[in-house]
Amino acid sequence: MTRTEGKNLRVVLYEGPGSTRLEDDERFQTLSTLLDNGFEVTRPVAGQEVAPADDAPVLVLGLLDKHPPATPGQEVHFRSLSDGDPLGAAREVRETTGARKLEAWKPWFPVIDFDRCTNCMQCLTFCLFDVYGVDKQQQITVQNEDNCKTDCPACSRVCPEVAILFPKYGKGPINGDIVKEEDIQREAMKVDISTLLGGDLYGALRTRQRDARKRFSTERDESKALLERKRCLSKLKKDLDIPDEVLMTLPTAEDIEERTARARAKLEKRQAKSQTVRDKQATTTDWGI
Amino acid sequence: MKILYCNCTYAKVVPLEVKKDVLRRLSDSGQAFDAVADLCDMSARKDPALNKIASGGCTKIAACYPRAVKWLFHAAGTPVPDEGIKVLNMREDSADNIVRELLT
Repeated sequence: MTRTEGKNLRVVLYEGPGSTRLEDDERFQTLSTLLDNGFEVTRPVAGQEVAPADDAPVLVLGLLDKHPPATPGQEVHFRSLSDGDPLGAAREVRETTGARKLEAWKPWFPVIDFDRCTNCMQCLTFCLFDVYGVDKQQQITVQNEDNCKTDCPACSRVCPEVAILFPKYGKGPINGDIVKEEDIQREAMKVDISTLLGGDLYGALRTRQRDARKRFSTERDESKALLERKRCLSKLKKDLDIPDEVLMTLPTAEDIEERTARARAKLEKRQAKSQTVRDKQATTTDWGI
Repeated sequence: MKILYCNCTYAKVVPLEVKKDVLRRLSDSGQAFDAVADLCDMSARKDPALNKIASGGCTKIAACYPRAVKWLFHAAGTPVPDEGIKVLNMREDSADNIVRELLT
């Protein structure tokens, strides 16, 4: 997921005094085009309520008779639809004002339903991409939305309370649909990864690797090993709906062992160094006596 | 009463015919409204504009599942009040029902 920062340009589709009313088709096409290209649009009508103005730049679009005076304290631009197409005008003003540029992206990130969340931290433990964190109150929070892998809803699968939503997901209840009792039971059955793997994911990976080595060292059939790996990955993908991209970035058992070995070597080196210092101090003391 | 329409621009999860029909009839109605490209996008950016939508009285929101909308606002740091907000689900409901609810 890549997101861009900055304020959005707010387009006001104006049809009040000092302008000519738009034809219904033109109004709809203008609205539709602007929204499909990521702009926010307000259609004000006298005497009716819309969201109040803020400090975001504003473009007033309409069949304007003349350019009204600028509103003090606000960055307001006026363009008449008779002068050109609305999308061109919106893009031009966006450039001028430095408003947020739009990029094709899918806003994909977990949203926590705190009515359901029990703060069990399974999502934090499970996610390999550091999407989750805890706040000052030790409450689970989504802290790195950008790290989330588009189309991967795996963490919502491991949530025993069905408390993690991905609003752009296709199916319920992950998409935000009402959570039914059968959803809770289904999720509980298939999601308890630690139970499925005997309580220790890395331990299970090591056992699996050891068994595989035994098996394949006698068979000496690498293609079989590859097929077995593919079969397991396919099963994981099917069970948790994990995209290929994410599976490809999972550390292998070898990676994990290598990291552990490196950490262990570092620790041993540090311990040895401390011991040397202690020995040296002891010797100095003896000498001093 | 304010009206907010979400176009769900960045994903094809809201049926196209429903969202276009709702927008068309809203556009023709003579009713004032605000329309955003994508509430998920705004939530991800913690867009302060969500605050002005969430505050200031009764609002009808044409978007997707109410649970998703509620927690999207919360995720952006602008929780919607329990009272006065009505979320209409364009993923599940018909355009007729949505428009009727919006305009009455």
